[in-house]
Amino acid sequence: MTATTIQLLVADGRFPAGAHAHSSGLEAAVAAGRVTDLSTLDEYLRGRLATAGLVAAAFAAAARSVAAPPGSDEAPGRRSALALLDAELDARTASPAQRAVSRRQGRALLRAGREIWSAATFDDLPATPGGPHQPLALGLVGAAAGLDAAQVATVAVHATVTGSASAAVRLLGLDPYQVQALLVRLADACDATATRAARAAELPPRRLPAAAAPLADIHAEAHATWEVRLFAS
Amino acid sequence: MRATARLVARADRHGRTTLAELRGESPLLLRQVPGPDGGVTVYVVGGAAGPLAGDDLRLDVEVGPGAVVRVHTVAASIALPGRPGAVSRMLVRATVEAEAVLHWLPEQLVAAAGCAHVADAQVEVAEGGTLHWRDELICGRHGEQPGHAEINTWVDLAGRPLLRQSLTVGPEAPGWAGPAVLGGAPATGSLLVVDPTLPPATPLVRGTLARLPLAGGPATLWTATAPDAHTLRSYLEPDDPADSLAAATGGRSAG
Repeated sequence: MTATTIQLLVADGRFPAGAHAHSSGLEAAVAAGRVTDLSTLDEYLRGRLATAGLVAAAFAAAARSVAAPPGSDEAPGRRSALALLDAELDARTASPAQRAVSRRQGRALLRAGREIWSAATFDDLPATPGGPHQPLALGLVGAAAGLDAAQVATVAVHATVTGSASAAVRLLGLDPYQVQALLVRLADACDATATRAARAAELPPRRLPAAAAPLADIHAEAHATWEVRLFAS
Repeated sequence: MRATARLVARADRHGRTTLAELRGESPLLLRQVPGPDGGVTVYVVGGAAGPLAGDDLRLDVEVGPGAVVRVHTVAASIALPGRPGAVSRMLVRATVEAEAVLHWLPEQLVAAAGCAHVADAQVEVAEGGTLHWRDELICGRHGEQPGHAEINTWVDLAGRPLLRQSLTVGPEAPGWAGPAVLGGAPATGSLLVVDPTLPPATPLVRGTLARLPLAGGPATLWTATAPDAHTLRSYLEPDDPADSLAAATGGRSAG
Protein backbone atom coordinates (compact mmCIF):
# COMPACT_ATOMS: atom_id res chain seq x y z
CA MET A 1 0.00 0.00 0.00
CA THR A 2 1.48 3.32 -1.08
CA ALA A 3 0.58 6.43 0.86
CA THR A 4 -0.78 9.18 -1.33
CA THR A 5 -0.25 12.88 -0.72
CA ILE A 6 -3.95 13.17 0.09
CA GLN A 7 -3.59 10.50 2.77
CA LEU A 8 -0.61 12.31 4.29
CA LEU A 9 -2.56 15.58 4.31
CA VAL A 10 -5.56 14.04 6.10
CA ALA A 11 -3.29 12.29 8.63
CA ASP A 12 -1.17 15.37 9.29
CA GLY A 13 -1.51 16.83 12.77
CA ARG A 14 -1.68 20.24 11.08
CA PHE A 15 -4.93 19.29 9.30
CA PRO A 16 -7.29 21.95 10.71
CA ALA A 17 -9.47 19.71 12.87
CA GLY A 18 -8.01 20.57 16.25
CA ALA A 19 -6.23 17.26 16.92
CA HIS A 20 -3.31 19.06 18.58
CA ALA A 21 -5.60 20.08 21.46
CA HIS A 22 -6.06 16.46 22.58
CA SER A 23 -3.72 14.12 24.46
CA SER A 24 -6.17 11.17 24.23
CA GLY A 25 -6.05 10.40 27.92
CA LEU A 26 -2.33 10.89 28.32
CA GLU A 27 -2.59 14.05 30.42
CA ALA A 28 -4.67 12.22 33.04
CA ALA A 29 -2.37 9.16 32.91
CA VAL A 30 0.61 11.44 33.54
CA ALA A 31 -1.16 13.20 36.39
CA ALA A 32 -1.97 9.83 37.98
CA GLY A 33 1.72 8.95 37.84
CA ARG A 34 1.13 6.04 35.47
CA VAL A 35 3.09 7.46 32.53
CA THR A 36 6.40 8.93 33.66
CA ASP A 37 9.02 8.18 30.99
CA LEU A 38 9.67 6.74 27.57
CA SER A 39 9.12 3.13 28.59
CA THR A 40 5.76 3.75 30.27
CA LEU A 41 4.78 5.87 27.24
CA ASP A 42 5.65 2.87 25.05
CA GLU A 43 3.32 0.65 27.13
CA TYR A 44 0.63 3.34 27.06
CA LEU A 45 0.71 3.63 23.28
CA ARG A 46 0.65 -0.16 22.80
CA GLY A 47 -2.39 -0.39 25.06
CA ARG A 48 -4.12 2.45 23.19
CA LEU A 49 -3.42 0.82 19.84
CA ALA A 50 -4.97 -2.48 20.95
CA THR A 51 -8.07 -0.81 22.40
CA ALA A 52 -9.17 2.69 21.36
CA GLY A 53 -7.03 2.63 18.20
CA LEU A 54 -8.50 -0.62 16.93
CA VAL A 55 -12.08 0.45 17.64
CA ALA A 56 -11.71 3.93 16.11
CA ALA A 57 -10.01 2.57 13.00
CA ALA A 58 -12.63 -0.16 12.50
CA PHE A 59 -15.48 2.35 12.78
CA ALA A 60 -13.73 4.85 10.49
CA ALA A 61 -13.21 2.12 7.90
CA ALA A 62 -16.80 0.91 8.28
CA ALA A 63 -18.12 4.46 7.83
CA ARG A 64 -15.87 4.85 4.79
CA SER A 65 -17.37 1.71 3.28
CA VAL A 66 -20.89 3.02 3.83
CA ALA A 67 -20.13 6.50 2.50
CA ALA A 68 -21.48 7.62 -0.83
CA PRO A 69 -19.12 7.63 -3.80
CA PRO A 70 -18.54 11.26 -4.87
CA GLY A 71 -21.41 12.63 -6.98
CA SER A 72 -23.92 9.91 -6.10
CA ASP A 73 -27.46 10.50 -4.95
CA GLU A 74 -28.62 10.45 -1.39
CA ALA A 75 -29.68 7.04 -0.16
CA PRO A 76 -31.77 6.32 2.93
CA GLY A 77 -29.85 3.05 3.39
CA ARG A 78 -26.62 4.96 3.97
CA ARG A 79 -28.25 7.21 6.50
CA SER A 80 -29.59 4.33 8.58
CA ALA A 81 -26.31 2.42 8.29
CA LEU A 82 -24.40 5.42 9.66
CA ALA A 83 -27.00 5.92 12.41
CA LEU A 84 -26.48 2.31 13.47
CA LEU A 85 -22.69 2.75 13.48
CA ASP A 86 -23.19 5.84 15.64
CA ALA A 87 -25.30 3.89 18.16
CA GLU A 88 -22.84 0.98 18.15
CA LEU A 89 -19.96 3.35 18.85
CA ASP A 90 -21.93 4.98 21.68
CA ALA A 91 -22.34 1.49 23.16
CA ARG A 92 -18.55 1.06 23.02
CA THR A 93 -17.90 4.38 24.73
CA ALA A 94 -19.07 3.97 28.31
CA SER A 95 -17.54 7.24 29.51
CA PRO A 96 -19.74 10.30 28.88
CA ALA A 97 -16.60 12.47 28.78
CA GLN A 98 -15.14 10.31 26.01
CA ARG A 99 -18.41 10.40 24.07
CA ALA A 100 -18.48 14.20 24.26
CA VAL A 101 -14.85 14.50 23.17
CA SER A 102 -15.37 12.14 20.24
CA ARG A 103 -18.37 14.16 19.06
CA ARG A 104 -16.55 17.46 19.52
CA GLN A 105 -13.64 16.16 17.44
CA GLY A 106 -16.06 14.79 14.86
CA ARG A 107 -17.75 18.17 14.56
CA ALA A 108 -14.40 19.94 14.05
CA LEU A 109 -13.34 17.40 11.43
CA LEU A 110 -16.67 17.68 9.65
CA ARG A 111 -16.37 21.46 9.53
CA ALA A 112 -12.95 21.13 7.88
CA GLY A 113 -14.29 18.47 5.49
CA ARG A 114 -17.22 20.60 4.37
CA GLU A 115 -14.92 23.56 3.68
CA ILE A 116 -12.26 21.57 1.85
CA TRP A 117 -14.44 19.17 -0.17
CA SER A 118 -17.40 21.44 -0.79
CA ALA A 119 -18.83 19.18 -3.47
CA ALA A 120 -18.94 16.12 -1.20
CA THR A 121 -22.01 15.17 0.80
CA PHE A 122 -21.77 14.75 4.53
CA ASP A 123 -25.52 14.89 5.09
CA ASP A 124 -25.89 11.14 5.56
CA LEU A 125 -24.27 11.49 9.00
CA PRO A 126 -26.83 11.32 11.82
CA ALA A 127 -27.79 14.73 13.16
CA THR A 128 -26.83 13.90 16.73
CA PRO A 129 -26.55 16.67 19.27
CA GLY A 130 -22.88 17.42 19.83
CA GLY A 131 -21.87 16.21 16.38
CA PRO A 132 -21.02 12.88 14.79
CA HIS A 133 -18.49 10.58 16.43
CA GLN A 134 -14.99 11.35 15.17
CA PRO A 135 -14.41 7.98 13.43
CA LEU A 136 -17.64 8.39 11.45
CA ALA A 137 -16.65 11.90 10.38
CA LEU A 138 -13.22 10.55 9.44
CA GLY A 139 -14.81 7.84 7.32
CA LEU A 140 -16.80 10.39 5.34
CA VAL A 141 -13.91 12.85 5.05
CA GLY A 142 -11.78 9.95 3.84
CA ALA A 143 -14.40 9.12 1.22
CA ALA A 144 -14.49 12.75 0.08
CA ALA A 145 -10.70 12.72 -0.16
CA GLY A 146 -10.77 9.57 -2.28
CA LEU A 147 -9.17 7.30 0.34
CA ASP A 148 -10.21 3.67 0.62
CA ALA A 149 -11.22 1.93 3.86
CA ALA A 150 -7.72 0.58 4.54
CA GLN A 151 -6.18 4.02 4.11
CA VAL A 152 -8.78 5.56 6.42
CA ALA A 153 -7.99 2.91 9.04
CA THR A 154 -4.29 3.75 8.79
CA VAL A 155 -5.05 7.45 9.30
CA ALA A 156 -7.15 6.66 12.39
CA VAL A 157 -4.46 4.44 13.92
CA HIS A 158 -1.77 7.00 13.16
CA ALA A 159 -3.78 9.68 14.97
CA THR A 160 -4.17 7.37 18.00
CA VAL A 161 -0.44 7.23 18.66
CA THR A 162 0.82 10.58 17.34
CA GLY A 163 -1.58 12.72 19.38
CA SER A 164 -0.55 11.15 22.68
CA ALA A 165 3.12 11.05 21.69
CA SER A 166 3.40 14.75 20.94
CA ALA A 167 1.44 15.49 24.13
CA ALA A 168 4.02 13.41 26.02
CA VAL A 169 6.82 15.64 24.78
CA ARG A 170 5.05 18.66 26.25
CA LEU A 171 3.76 17.06 29.44
CA LEU A 172 6.87 15.12 30.44
CA GLY A 173 9.59 17.09 28.67
CA LEU A 174 10.70 13.93 26.86
CA ASP A 175 13.37 14.12 24.19
CA PRO A 176 11.46 14.56 20.89
CA TYR A 177 13.99 12.44 19.02
CA GLN A 178 13.48 9.58 21.46
CA VAL A 179 9.70 9.89 21.18
CA GLN A 180 9.91 9.89 17.40
CA ALA A 181 12.16 6.81 17.55
CA LEU A 182 9.48 5.14 19.67
CA LEU A 183 6.84 5.96 17.04
CA VAL A 184 9.08 4.47 14.36
CA ARG A 185 9.41 1.28 16.44
CA LEU A 186 5.60 1.19 16.73
CA ALA A 187 5.01 1.61 12.98
CA ASP A 188 4.63 -2.12 12.31
CA ALA A 189 2.19 -2.51 15.19
CA CYS A 190 0.24 0.48 13.81
CA ASP A 191 0.03 -1.08 10.35
CA ALA A 192 -1.02 -4.44 11.80
CA THR A 193 -3.75 -2.72 13.83
CA ALA A 194 -4.99 -0.86 10.74
CA THR A 195 -5.09 -4.07 8.71
CA ARG A 196 -7.01 -5.83 11.48
CA ALA A 197 -9.43 -2.89 11.76
CA ALA A 198 -10.07 -2.71 8.01
CA ARG A 199 -10.79 -6.44 7.94
CA ALA A 200 -13.07 -6.23 10.99
CA ALA A 201 -14.94 -3.31 9.39
CA GLU A 202 -16.54 -5.75 6.97
CA LEU A 203 -18.38 -7.49 9.81
CA PRO A 204 -21.94 -6.51 10.79
CA PRO A 205 -21.83 -3.39 13.04
CA ARG A 206 -22.74 -5.44 16.11
CA ARG A 207 -19.59 -7.54 15.63
CA LEU A 208 -17.14 -4.66 15.16
CA PRO A 209 -14.27 -4.56 17.67
CA ALA A 210 -15.22 -3.37 21.16
CA ALA A 211 -11.83 -3.54 22.89
CA ALA A 212 -12.22 -1.75 26.20
CA ALA A 213 -9.75 -0.26 28.66
CA PRO A 214 -11.04 0.46 32.18
CA LEU A 215 -8.40 3.09 32.83
CA ALA A 216 -9.31 4.98 29.65
CA ASP A 217 -12.81 5.52 31.06
CA ILE A 218 -11.48 6.35 34.51
CA HIS A 219 -8.82 8.75 33.19
CA ALA A 220 -11.33 10.50 30.91
CA GLU A 221 -13.82 11.12 33.71
CA ALA A 222 -11.12 12.32 36.12
CA HIS A 223 -9.72 14.67 33.47
CA ALA A 224 -13.15 16.13 32.75
CA THR A 225 -13.43 17.35 36.35
CA TRP A 226 -10.22 19.38 36.31
CA GLU A 227 -10.56 23.13 36.27
CA VAL A 228 -7.19 23.71 34.65
CA ARG A 229 -5.78 21.45 31.98
CA LEU A 230 -3.37 21.74 29.10
CA PHE A 231 -5.30 19.46 26.74
CA ALA A 232 -9.01 19.11 25.97
CA SER A 233 -8.85 15.35 26.53
CA MET B 1 -16.17 -31.12 28.19
CA ARG B 2 -19.38 -29.76 26.68
CA ALA B 3 -22.35 -28.75 28.75
CA THR B 4 -25.51 -26.74 28.31
CA ALA B 5 -27.91 -25.41 30.90
CA ARG B 6 -31.17 -23.55 30.67
CA LEU B 7 -33.26 -21.49 33.04
CA VAL B 8 -36.72 -20.19 32.14
CA ALA B 9 -38.62 -18.09 34.68
CA ARG B 10 -42.21 -16.86 34.50
CA ALA B 11 -44.35 -14.81 36.85
CA ASP B 12 -47.62 -16.44 37.89
CA ARG B 13 -50.86 -14.47 38.27
CA HIS B 14 -49.98 -13.62 41.88
CA GLY B 15 -46.69 -12.07 40.74
CA ARG B 16 -44.64 -14.95 42.13
CA THR B 17 -41.80 -16.20 39.99
CA THR B 18 -41.79 -19.85 39.03
CA LEU B 19 -39.26 -21.81 37.06
CA ALA B 20 -40.80 -23.24 33.91
CA GLU B 21 -37.50 -24.91 33.16
CA LEU B 22 -34.32 -25.54 35.11
CA ARG B 23 -31.87 -28.00 33.71
CA GLY B 24 -28.14 -28.37 33.42
CA GLU B 25 -25.42 -30.94 33.20
CA SER B 26 -22.05 -31.29 34.84
CA PRO B 27 -20.08 -29.05 35.16
CA LEU B 28 -22.94 -26.59 34.71
CA LEU B 29 -25.55 -27.63 37.26
CA LEU B 30 -28.32 -25.29 38.40
CA ARG B 31 -29.82 -25.35 41.91
CA GLN B 32 -32.76 -23.31 43.10
CA VAL B 33 -32.73 -21.88 46.61
CA PRO B 34 -35.52 -19.87 48.28
CA GLY B 35 -35.30 -16.22 47.30
CA PRO B 36 -36.72 -13.01 48.73
CA ASP B 37 -39.77 -11.08 47.48
CA GLY B 38 -41.42 -13.81 45.44
CA GLY B 39 -38.39 -14.04 43.15
CA VAL B 40 -36.20 -17.08 42.63
CA THR B 41 -32.50 -17.48 43.32
CA VAL B 42 -30.46 -19.97 41.35
CA TYR B 43 -26.92 -21.08 42.01
CA VAL B 44 -24.64 -22.37 39.28
CA VAL B 45 -22.81 -25.26 40.89
CA GLY B 46 -19.55 -25.94 39.09
CA GLY B 47 -18.39 -29.53 38.98
CA ALA B 48 -14.64 -29.94 39.21
CA ALA B 49 -12.18 -27.06 38.98
CA GLY B 50 -12.36 -25.20 35.74
CA PRO B 51 -13.22 -24.33 33.07
CA LEU B 52 -10.35 -26.21 31.45
CA ALA B 53 -9.17 -25.25 27.99
CA GLY B 54 -11.29 -27.33 25.62
CA ASP B 55 -14.48 -26.93 27.68
CA ASP B 56 -17.49 -25.50 25.88
CA LEU B 57 -20.18 -24.33 28.28
CA ARG B 58 -23.43 -22.63 27.41
CA LEU B 59 -26.14 -21.22 29.63
CA ASP B 60 -29.43 -19.75 28.46
CA VAL B 61 -31.52 -17.62 30.79
CA GLU B 62 -35.03 -16.38 29.98
CA VAL B 63 -36.78 -14.10 32.41
CA GLY B 64 -40.40 -13.65 31.36
CA PRO B 65 -42.54 -10.54 31.95
CA GLY B 66 -42.69 -9.65 35.64
CA ALA B 67 -40.41 -12.48 36.82
CA VAL B 68 -37.52 -11.85 39.21
CA VAL B 69 -34.38 -14.00 39.04
CA ARG B 70 -31.05 -13.84 40.83
CA VAL B 71 -28.18 -15.97 39.59
CA HIS B 72 -25.08 -16.61 41.66
CA THR B 73 -22.25 -19.10 41.50
CA VAL B 74 -21.08 -21.07 44.51
CA ALA B 75 -17.39 -20.37 43.95
CA ALA B 76 -14.95 -18.49 41.76
CA SER B 77 -14.29 -19.96 38.32
CA ILE B 78 -10.64 -20.66 37.65
CA ALA B 79 -9.82 -20.82 33.95
CA LEU B 80 -7.06 -23.39 33.58
CA PRO B 81 -4.95 -24.61 30.69
CA GLY B 82 -5.93 -27.87 28.96
CA ARG B 83 -4.54 -29.59 25.92
CA PRO B 84 -2.24 -27.38 23.82
CA GLY B 85 -4.03 -24.98 21.50
CA ALA B 86 -7.44 -25.51 23.09
CA VAL B 87 -9.67 -22.68 24.31
CA SER B 88 -12.31 -22.84 27.02
CA ARG B 89 -15.55 -21.06 26.23
CA MET B 90 -18.46 -19.92 28.32
CA LEU B 91 -21.45 -18.41 26.55
CA VAL B 92 -24.31 -16.89 28.50
CA ARG B 93 -27.38 -15.73 26.61
CA ALA B 94 -30.05 -13.94 28.58
CA THR B 95 -33.33 -12.25 27.76
CA VAL B 96 -35.11 -10.00 30.23
CA GLU B 97 -38.68 -9.09 29.37
CA ALA B 98 -40.67 -6.00 30.37
CA GLU B 99 -41.09 -5.59 34.15
CA ALA B 100 -38.72 -8.52 34.64
CA VAL B 101 -35.60 -8.39 36.79
CA LEU B 102 -32.36 -10.31 36.34
CA HIS B 103 -29.51 -10.07 38.80
CA TRP B 104 -26.47 -11.81 37.35
CA LEU B 105 -23.96 -11.77 40.18
CA PRO B 106 -21.49 -14.63 39.80
CA GLU B 107 -18.30 -15.06 41.75
CA GLN B 108 -15.07 -13.89 40.20
CA LEU B 109 -13.31 -15.36 37.19
CA VAL B 110 -9.65 -16.09 37.82
CA ALA B 111 -7.43 -16.37 34.73
CA ALA B 112 -4.69 -18.80 35.73
CA ALA B 113 -1.28 -18.93 34.07
CA GLY B 114 -1.43 -20.56 30.65
CA CYS B 115 -5.22 -20.48 30.38
CA ALA B 116 -7.03 -19.65 27.13
CA HIS B 117 -10.54 -18.57 28.00
CA VAL B 118 -13.29 -16.70 26.19
CA ALA B 119 -16.40 -15.59 28.08
CA ASP B 120 -19.23 -14.27 25.94
CA ALA B 121 -22.40 -12.69 27.26
CA GLN B 122 -25.30 -11.70 25.01
CA VAL B 123 -28.09 -9.99 26.85
CA GLU B 124 -31.33 -8.54 25.55
CA VAL B 125 -33.34 -6.36 27.88
CA ALA B 126 -36.83 -5.28 26.83
CA GLU B 127 -38.01 -1.75 27.56
CA GLY B 128 -39.02 -1.64 31.21
CA GLY B 129 -36.74 -4.54 32.17
CA THR B 130 -34.19 -4.37 34.98
CA LEU B 131 -30.71 -5.85 34.83
CA HIS B 132 -27.82 -6.00 37.26
CA TRP B 133 -24.88 -7.64 35.51
CA ARG B 134 -21.51 -8.01 37.18
CA ASP B 135 -18.26 -9.23 35.66
CA GLU B 136 -15.08 -9.52 37.69
CA LEU B 137 -11.73 -10.73 36.41
CA ILE B 138 -8.70 -11.60 38.51
CA CYS B 139 -5.55 -11.71 36.41
CA GLY B 140 -3.66 -14.74 37.68
CA ARG B 141 -3.71 -16.66 40.94
CA HIS B 142 -1.46 -15.30 43.67
CA GLY B 143 1.79 -14.00 42.20
CA GLU B 144 1.32 -15.43 38.70
CA GLN B 145 0.76 -13.83 35.30
CA PRO B 146 -2.52 -14.73 33.60
CA GLY B 147 -2.94 -16.65 30.38
CA HIS B 148 -5.25 -15.38 27.66
CA ALA B 149 -8.66 -14.29 28.88
CA GLU B 150 -11.27 -12.42 26.93
CA ILE B 151 -14.56 -11.14 28.30
CA ASN B 152 -17.02 -10.02 25.66
CA THR B 153 -20.28 -8.38 26.66
CA TRP B 154 -23.08 -7.37 24.31
CA VAL B 155 -26.16 -5.83 25.86
CA ASP B 156 -29.13 -4.53 23.88
CA LEU B 157 -31.88 -2.46 25.45
CA ALA B 158 -35.25 -2.23 23.69
CA GLY B 159 -33.63 -3.61 20.55
CA ARG B 160 -30.86 -1.01 20.45
CA PRO B 161 -27.17 -1.36 21.36
CA LEU B 162 -26.54 -0.42 24.98
CA LEU B 163 -23.11 -1.83 25.84
CA ARG B 164 -20.40 -3.53 23.81
CA GLN B 165 -17.26 -4.31 25.69
CA SER B 166 -14.36 -6.69 25.16
CA LEU B 167 -11.62 -6.85 27.75
CA THR B 168 -8.61 -8.97 26.86
CA VAL B 169 -5.67 -9.73 29.11
CA GLY B 170 -2.64 -11.97 28.76
CA PRO B 171 0.31 -12.41 26.47
CA GLU B 172 -1.68 -11.82 23.26
CA ALA B 173 -3.07 -8.46 24.42
CA PRO B 174 -0.41 -5.77 23.95
CA GLY B 175 -0.30 -3.22 26.75
CA TRP B 176 -3.06 -4.88 28.84
CA ALA B 177 -1.18 -4.44 32.11
CA GLY B 178 0.14 -1.02 31.15
CA PRO B 179 -0.99 2.52 31.97
CA ALA B 180 -3.63 2.68 29.21
CA VAL B 181 -5.62 -0.39 30.26
CA LEU B 182 -5.19 -1.76 33.82
CA GLY B 183 -2.12 0.08 35.12
CA GLY B 184 -0.75 -3.00 36.84
CA ALA B 185 -3.97 -3.74 38.74
CA PRO B 186 -4.58 -7.50 38.96
CA ALA B 187 -8.33 -7.15 39.48
CA THR B 188 -10.86 -5.40 37.26
CA GLY B 189 -14.56 -5.53 36.74
CA SER B 190 -17.78 -3.78 36.02
CA LEU B 191 -21.35 -3.70 37.18
CA LEU B 192 -24.03 -2.73 34.69
CA VAL B 193 -27.26 -1.44 36.19
CA VAL B 194 -30.23 -1.05 33.85
CA ASP B 195 -33.11 0.25 35.88
CA PRO B 196 -35.89 2.45 34.49
CA THR B 197 -37.01 3.42 38.01
CA LEU B 198 -33.72 5.09 38.97
CA PRO B 199 -33.19 8.81 38.37
CA PRO B 200 -30.50 9.63 35.78
CA ALA B 201 -27.03 9.40 37.32
CA THR B 202 -24.17 11.83 36.79
CA PRO B 203 -20.65 10.67 35.97
CA LEU B 204 -18.39 10.31 38.96
CA VAL B 205 -14.89 9.05 39.57
CA ARG B 206 -13.20 8.14 42.85
CA GLY B 207 -9.74 6.68 42.63
CA THR B 208 -10.01 3.77 40.20
CA LEU B 209 -13.79 3.44 40.37
CA ALA B 210 -15.98 5.31 37.89
CA ARG B 211 -19.74 5.66 37.51
CA LEU B 212 -20.59 6.03 33.84
CA PRO B 213 -24.13 6.85 32.66
CA LEU B 214 -24.56 5.11 29.29
CA ALA B 215 -25.91 6.74 26.14
CA GLY B 216 -28.44 4.08 25.18
CA GLY B 217 -31.03 4.28 27.96
CA PRO B 218 -31.60 4.34 31.74
CA ALA B 219 -28.37 2.52 32.48
CA THR B 220 -25.14 3.06 34.38
CA LEU B 221 -21.88 1.18 34.17
CA TRP B 222 -19.66 1.04 37.24
CA THR B 223 -16.15 0.19 36.18
CA ALA B 224 -13.11 -0.36 38.37
CA THR B 225 -9.60 -1.64 38.72
CA ALA B 226 -8.36 -2.81 42.10
CA PRO B 227 -5.27 -4.18 43.87
CA ASP B 228 -7.07 -7.39 44.87
CA ALA B 229 -10.28 -9.38 44.52
CA HIS B 230 -11.73 -8.28 47.85
CA THR B 231 -11.28 -4.57 47.13
CA LEU B 232 -12.79 -5.02 43.69
CA ARG B 233 -15.91 -6.61 45.21
CA SER B 234 -16.26 -3.76 47.67
CA TYR B 235 -16.42 -1.38 44.67
CA LEU B 236 -19.04 -3.38 42.78
CA GLU B 237 -21.72 -4.25 45.32
CA PRO B 238 -24.97 -3.64 43.45
CA ASP B 239 -27.25 -2.78 46.33
CA ASP B 240 -25.18 -0.08 47.86
CA PRO B 241 -23.21 2.00 45.39
CA ALA B 242 -22.74 4.70 48.01
CA ASP B 243 -20.73 2.18 50.01
CA SER B 244 -18.70 1.47 46.90
CA LEU B 245 -17.80 5.12 46.62
CA ALA B 246 -16.89 5.24 50.29
CA ALA B 247 -14.64 2.20 49.78
CA ALA B 248 -12.94 3.84 46.79
CA THR B 249 -12.24 7.00 48.73
CA GLY B 250 -10.85 5.12 51.70
CA GLY B 251 -13.92 5.46 53.88
CA ARG B 252 -14.63 9.13 53.34
CA SER B 253 -18.10 10.03 52.22
CA ALA B 254 -18.47 10.48 48.50
CA GLY B 255 -19.92 13.79 47.42
